[in-house]
Amino acid sequence: MKIHEYQAKMILADFGVPVPRGRVADTPAAAGAIAQELGGTVVVKAQIHAGGRGKGGGVKLAKSPQEAEQVAAQILGMMLRTHQTGPEGQKVKRVLVEEGMDIRQELYLGIVIDRKVGLPVIMASSAGGMEIEEVARTRPEAIVKVHVEPATGVQGFHTRKLGFGLGLTGTLLKDAAAFVATLYRAFEAKDCSLAEINPLVITGDGRLLALDAKMNFDDNALSRHPEIQALRDLDEESPLEVEASRFNLNYIKLDGTVGCMVNGAGLAMATMDIIKLAGGEPANFLDVGGGASAEQIENAFRILISDRNVRAVLINIFGGILRCDRLAEGVIKAVKALGVRLPIVIRMEGTNVELGQRMLAESGLNFITAQGMKDGAEKAVRAARGA
Amino acid sequence: MSILADKKTRVVVQGVTGKEGTFHALACREYGTKVVAGVTPGKGGIVHEGIPVFDTVTESVTKEGANTSLIFVPPAFAADAILEAADAGIRVVVCITEGIPTLDMVKVGRVLQGRETRLIGPNCPGIISPGKAKVGIMPGHIHRPGRVGVVSRSGTLTYEAVGQLTARGIGQSTCVGIGGDPIIGTTFVDALRLFQADPETEAILMIGEIGGTAEEDAAAFVKAHVTKPVVGFICGQTAPPGRRMGHAGAIISGGTGTAAEKMAAMRKAGITVVKSPAMMGEAVTRLLPSAPAGPRVSRGGVSARPGSSRKTGPARVAGRGARGKGRTTAQPDARVRKAKRR
Repeated sequence: MKIHEYQAKMILADFGVPVPRGRVADTPAAAGAIAQELGGTVVVKAQIHAGGRGKGGGVKLAKSPQEAEQVAAQILGMMLRTHQTGPEGQKVKRVLVEEGMDIRQELYLGIVIDRKVGLPVIMASSAGGMEIEEVARTRPEAIVKVHVEPATGVQGFHTRKLGFGLGLTGTLLKDAAAFVATLYRAFEAKDCSLAEINPLVITGDGRLLALDAKMNFDDNALSRHPEIQALRDLDEESPLEVEASRFNLNYIKLDGTVGCMVNGAGLAMATMDIIKLAGGEPANFLDVGGGASAEQIENAFRILISDRNVRAVLINIFGGILRCDRLAEGVIKAVKALGVRLPIVIRMEGTNVELGQRMLAESGLNFITAQGMKDGAEKAVRAARGA
Repeated sequence: MSILADKKTRVVVQGVTGKEGTFHALACREYGTKVVAGVTPGKGGIVHEGIPVFDTVTESVTKEGANTSLIFVPPAFAADAILEAADAGIRVVVCITEGIPTLDMVKVGRVLQGRETRLIGPNCPGIISPGKAKVGIMPGHIHRPGRVGVVSRSGTLTYEAVGQLTARGIGQSTCVGIGGDPIIGTTFVDALRLFQADPETEAILMIGEIGGTAEEDAAAFVKAHVTKPVVGFICGQTAPPGRRMGHAGAIISGGTGTAAEKMAAMRKAGITVVKSPAMMGEAVTRLLPSAPAGPRVSRGGVSARPGSSRKTGPARVAGRGARGKGRTTAQPDARVRKAKRR
């Protein structure tokens, strides 16, 4: 799960990570009032989950409360487009108004789980700022990494390696050690999948500060963090995906015309692949899971076809725990209840397949049955083209 | 011989009295697996569907000789269950549970390092050595005993692959679902090492996914240590970037993780990579040494593969546990072959 910058900074401030003074506003007037309170130059930052906000025009300086109100009026309500939002952009509903900082140097600090090693890894780089992915690609040696054992946590040698690696000395070296240890504590306590400070800045007066902050959370651990669940912003998610998550369905909307319904994430991805190989484009990723009920199948179907781009549906189920007869029951019910007119190609295999096929055949509905994935994909692509 | 599960496998099901635990414990038993015990703390002493239930895993080991565990407990308690099984001396722990917090698995992973216990999963379908033992949730009836080792990160896509093999009359030595979570107990490399050392496995099918670098590591291992033919498929070739993989993942791997990169690494290692998931079975058929199935040890069919060195698998693998010893006969169990559908 993702949260906004202002929310991440509130969490980090609670742990004792130094962040700039500032508050969030949802109207230009409120933004002006915060600027008045902070005094001096302020930064007005659009609060959307996607990165690259500065380049997209979502971050602006203001020298007075009046100017802060003006730029907030420009940013609030805009459809902010960045390389992460997609072409339509994301609507800005809040801005973070913060004191402007005198920046001497920009650094990078991030913590993620290193899957290969099976441990959290802290990464730091003196090449902070917006292009850290580029640094990773072109100069991986410019990123210092330390892995942390959960039993012992962050040790002195970790922070020394990172601090010296960043070229820090004296007080800054000590401050950086405390900063890293505190960020790790927050990462662990809140079950983060990512905690990233980019940039971590050294101010003109020699302080370390989290100028930006990004925290992502492990979805599997959310049940033990109701306080994090409360930070979820549904406006940032596609409405169909939100609807699907209510029924424990894993749905991701894509741009094609062949809707697909599959059990299992791997088979769902493979189904998308074979649709593409057959010359079509998948309209979505939809995993109904291993033990879906007839009711869940019906919900899945409803979500699937509410995407207006869908011209044909491919159902690809390898029945294990999810039996083919149960699938057939759900599909027949859904098609009747929703009055679906789209062509539906069904490929079923596995447990109770004969029974499932008989139910489909006797339903009086016009299903197209397929033998194997390839046949199913080809028939669905042809149907989507209206042939 | 098969790997990880065979006729000596004696299963304890942790979480046996739950709905899922009960259903699959019975399905495994019906397949012919020796399901010798169940564990549900607080319910020790009862007999559930003919399976003796204990309060602790240790009791199932001392009283019923359990050597393999199958875990169905809810995610919040799954790390505890895995550690309990390891503490009790269980050799193979198969964790089906989906949704275990990643940091819990980080800790479990560290504790298991250097121990005899091998963890499969979590968030996986389990393992099956057709005709011998099924320790998992896969539909048993689609499998058939044979010579192909299957290792995969996904569940139903593995069934798809097995279905394609069986439809062509090609059986499997063992199918291992290693699981789709970021932190897993047994990796592709671990499974490949076991298959390479298993005389009954003559070809290997590996099914990967986008994300992480496990497939790249597997490719490097195949190039250096695997002399048997390997067929590979990567799903997610058309998945949009950024939807599942965060920035930080890309940073840490220096940009790897896409299907194209994985497929290229695998091809370079001499693996036969198929683009279409419908071609997995056919590709294995073409590469499989053509002699009839049976207990034969041969490297004859491997010579056509360029780029792989001739090293045999690490000897220590064969000595792992009791699984490496004896038993060369692997006659399909007729009773199992006709296993009923559920």
